[in-house]
Amino acid sequence: MEEIALHILDLVQNCVEAGASEVSIAITECRRDNLLTVKISDNGRGMDQATLAAVTDPFFTTRSTRKVGLGIPLLKAAAEQCNGSFTIESSEGKGTQVVASFALDHIDRAPLGSMADTLAAVFAVHHVDVHYRHEVDGKVFMLDSKEIRQLCGDELMHPRVIVWLRAYIEEHEKQVGGEQ
Amino acid sequence: MKTVDELRKLREEVRQMTRLREGEPEVRIVVAMGTCGIAAGARETLNALLQEIAARGLAGVSVSPVGCMGLCDREPIVEVNAHGGRTLYARVNAEKARRIVREHVEAGWVIEDWVTRN
Repeated sequence: MEEIALHILDLVQNCVEAGASEVSIAITECRRDNLLTVKISDNGRGMDQATLAAVTDPFFTTRSTRKVGLGIPLLKAAAEQCNGSFTIESSEGKGTQVVASFALDHIDRAPLGSMADTLAAVFAVHHVDVHYRHEVDGKVFMLDSKEIRQLCGDELMHPRVIVWLRAYIEEHEKQVGGEQ
Repeated sequence: MKTVDELRKLREEVRQMTRLREGEPEVRIVVAMGTCGIAAGARETLNALLQEIAARGLAGVSVSPVGCMGLCDREPIVEVNAHGGRTLYARVNAEKARRIVREHVEAGWVIEDWVTRN
């Protein structure tokens, strides 16, 4: 993937397929620790221990259209090749949490990329609530789709609202600075 | 800076527009958003579709995702269900996506050169 934000979009797709109604995305960039950490958790159906052990294997998938599942192994490989780490925890009936960290200054690290594009894509097509938090050296941007839904109702998914939201997120992402 | 009041106003406008048209959307667009689609640029394709639909003020158009369709070599894939037919477009970048909205969704012409079959 050319951007970490694309891995995030891909993982949200997994959350939705696991039946989640809520997804939390937290990105933390800390120059002092030289770390970029992405944490994604959901309240989906979770996995049993055998499935959990298999998901980092590229030749495992729950899907039937092809025999490989690449999303999780790709993120794991991306994190590990940047002196980072990858963990996945899950409990049946409760949900799943993925944490991937990257050395900020690693030459092979993909840019974070556009979270405005990723979140706009999620809001446009998924009926899932997203709690988003992006922290850069103590500066924080937070967005809760539940609050937006209170303002917009079902119109949240309308293309004109999505285009507005994308621009809104982009403005705030620029303000917190950090990786774009 | 964008304000919450702007969003409220926009919501009202959109609501007025959609209230006039009840029932099923006339055009259904589906974007393949599996890992293969996303890696090939489906996010840009999706955002371009939405921007063009918004810019042209089109109503009665829905956009939804689907996972891997088994056509990974031809991603990003966009399916347009419109005017009684189903069309599958291959390798749809942002620019092609905008043309699909203008020419196929709005005007009703299938862009044959980009069509693929599964």
